[in-house]
Amino acid sequence: MMAITAVTIARLRNLFAVVVLSTLYSFLMATVLVVLDAVDVALTEAAVGAGISTVLLLGTLYLTRSEEAVPVHRAWLPFGVALVVGGLLAFGTLGLPEFGRPDSDIHQHVAPRYLEQGKAETGVPNIVTAVLASYRGFDTLGETTVIFTAGVGIILLLRRSRSDESDRPTDRRDGS
Amino acid sequence: MRAQIVPRVVTKLFIPFVLMFALYVQFHGDYGPGGGFQAGVTLAAAIILYALIFGLPNARRVMPPWLVEAMIALGVLIFGAVGVAGMLRGEEFLDYSVLSADAVAGQHLGILLVEAGVCVTVAGVMLMIFYLFAGRGRRPS
Repeated sequence: MMAITAVTIARLRNLFAVVVLSTLYSFLMATVLVVLDAVDVALTEAAVGAGISTVLLLGTLYLTRSEEAVPVHRAWLPFGVALVVGGLLAFGTLGLPEFGRPDSDIHQHVAPRYLEQGKAETGVPNIVTAVLASYRGFDTLGETTVIFTAGVGIILLLRRSRSDESDRPTDRRDGS
Repeated sequence: MRAQIVPRVVTKLFIPFVLMFALYVQFHGDYGPGGGFQAGVTLAAAIILYALIFGLPNARRVMPPWLVEAMIALGVLIFGAVGVAGMLRGEEFLDYSVLSADAVAGQHLGILLVEAGVCVTVAGVMLMIFYLFAGRGRRPS
């Protein structure tokens, strides 16, 4: 179903339908994540992917036209690159350990300690929260800083257009 | 959209539950799925929903842009302050065990504060992005 949605998104020219379909894609993705028992990620995907991105995309659509321009030529080279990279990635997954196998490398490193000691050391039953906020607190601080930086960047970029109009006369006087 | 009564009534009914769910995700993140990021996004989504139905000027009255800007910085500051508080008590940066007399209680408190910081920043940034995007089209150009 996700593949059908993705192909439809790629083929459609009406951007409004594309936005709605990408919302559908996000919800399907969230469902898959719930099936994989990653409820925290599913919650994020549903809220950000399906909720806020849709609103932002619709807001952008309001500023632009809602029909995608027909490309002048068919993009065979990017298609070939995508096929090759996708093929390589699919080939790479063959080397991965079987899904959910308990003795694969990723489950041998620090994960057992988190799972065994986490409850006793942090008193937090949700191991995801414990790892995110406590064991990997530094990473989460970095993540928050990234979000902060993104926000500041957006403010700087989009605010400018507003202040330009009031600033321009003074700028011109300074320049001449 | 503002003239239609059904979306307005449904939104009015919905928003308290969305806000409640955000708080639940925030404070129940220790026990169930969720945490600061998800709570922040849900919080922002509630305000964005309000802005969509009742118009941007009304939403700006509920959450003024200066407050949203302050939230963006405040969240990171809360996070950093928790880390520094651990340092001041003679441990490593972001070690919560010393925040309270009991190590486990300290961890709990630290995680709660840190998640609150994440929540505030995420909600602020999401709202700010929405405000700036939505505010552009309304300008006469």
